Amino acid sequence: MRWINRRPGRLVAFGLAALPFALAVLGYVIASDLRRAANPADKLLPAPAQILDTALSLATEADRRSGDVLLWLDTSASLIRLAEGALISASMGLVFGLLIGLIPGIRTTLAPFVSVISLIPPLAILPILFIVFGLGEVSKVALIAIGIAPVLIRDIAQRTAEIPEEMIVKAQTLGASTWAIITRVALPQVLPRLIGALRLSLGPAWLFLIAAEAIASTEGLGYRIFLVRRYFAMDVIIPYVIWITLLAFLMDLGLRQLHRRAFPWAGPAT
Amino acid sequence: MSFVTVSDIFQSYGKRPILERVNLEVAEGEFVSIVGASGCGKSTFLRLLLAQERPTRGSISIEGRPPAQEPDRDRGVVFQRYSVFPHMTVRGNLIAAEELGGERAGLLPRFFGARRREAAKRADAALERIGLAHVADQYPASLSGGMQQRLAIAQALAGRPRVLLLDEPFGALDPGTRLAMHAFLQDLRAETNMTVFMVSHDLEEAFKLGDRVLVFDKPRWDPIEPEAWGATITYDFDARDGGIPFQNRPFAETPTSQAQEDDHVPQV
Repeated sequence: MRWINRRPGRLVAFGLAALPFALAVLGYVIASDLRRAANPADKLLPAPAQILDTALSLATEADRRSGDVLLWLDTSASLIRLAEGALISASMGLVFGLLIGLIPGIRTTLAPFVSVISLIPPLAILPILFIVFGLGEVSKVALIAIGIAPVLIRDIAQRTAEIPEEMIVKAQTLGASTWAIITRVALPQVLPRLIGALRLSLGPAWLFLIAAEAIASTEGLGYRIFLVRRYFAMDVIIPYVIWITLLAFLMDLGLRQLHRRAFPWAGPAT
Repeated sequence: MSFVTVSDIFQSYGKRPILERVNLEVAEGEFVSIVGASGCGKSTFLRLLLAQERPTRGSISIEGRPPAQEPDRDRGVVFQRYSVFPHMTVRGNLIAAEELGGERAGLLPRFFGARRREAAKRADAALERIGLAHVADQYPASLSGGMQQRLAIAQALAGRPRVLLLDEPFGALDPGTRLAMHAFLQDLRAETNMTVFMVSHDLEEAFKLGDRVLVFDKPRWDPIEPEAWGATITYDFDARDGGIPFQNRPFAETPTSQAQEDDHVPQV
């Protein structure tokens, strides 16, 4: 039988999917053991048990200096920034995307501008944001918004323009105004696409968040990682990275569920 | 008195003429089938009737009113695809036909409370009539092609248009469903006496449903530059009673056709 026609059964499929994860963990354990056999005080590849210990104390014990439980402090700070950035970008994406996609005059005015803006590497203007907005929350949220809003605007504009002309004409023959077409025909149809676009943008959003936190912050997941880097505290960095990965996964899962629940007509999310 | 008057339409895209010298008068309640080869301008003609495009020259008016600048409520339309809103339920699609153009469709083009219940009642009555009551709460994607087109026609009619424009409405349906749709459309016409324009690829369908069958073709053909000339109406058949309208009824009983013969010589 050809390889392209061999489909693994359920159990085999699960095993195959788990295999790379297991191999990665195994590889780490072996490398860690080897290093610690040579130097018991090795900091680069701490033992899994030590990582677990540190992770637990990060999540449960208050910091001796500030009295906060660091993991939750960092998580809430980061998630609030991320949510604000994503919310602002999503709203901008919807408003400008719909207008650019539907109204020729606005498309002519804004589409080239948005295209140019989206070419600016956001990290290159981070210093400008720090200078203009100071080192507080605004500049970090602004970086996320500037980073992902142009992409969302272009995507939503594209999706809006892809709505079949027939549907727009049909709405007009039923007497719909431009506003009615935007709110009743275009908006509900691009909302599921917005969720899809947002899912894709969450990766870049995390990148911008961690970059901003690494450079100027007093709490946050990215801040913590870059802070403890100075002490080679891999036992902190590794749980943080795993935690960020888990958060990203859960957000993606949540958005996918939202897509399925809220838009049953739109078919499965990809 | 003609209901839809098409006078001396020319339409070109850039330098390329598509339609030239199209003249047509259609009485209220007539069913006009439009046939022709691919690229003969019949869909362009329908877009002009729909006011989705404005002609390069000439004008189209309904009931003697000034030519429309954009699609409006006078024109109901059903396309081959994408004619219903996929994000609304079947019932929602019919309610939306009233909501979208409602008089108080201000900030939120949506009905609430008693108005919505009344609209839903009318929608349910319409669904009962077209045999879709059992799927009222489903989304169009779960309907068969024929059911979707029935919904599309009902939705177009719920807007109470003056003329109904059909752009190959049954083109994507299988033959059996197509026959059922013909019967559905004929029943609907008998009820509403709607003026209908239907573009079709299917000659049999065009003659079966239409009172008149218009053929679009290019009267002049340049073998070196086939695109040099546009198309026009080359035949205008009277298709009533199986295409033999005068043989089985007294001449005096056909005043409308008589009037048409007088001022509208088929352009052969």
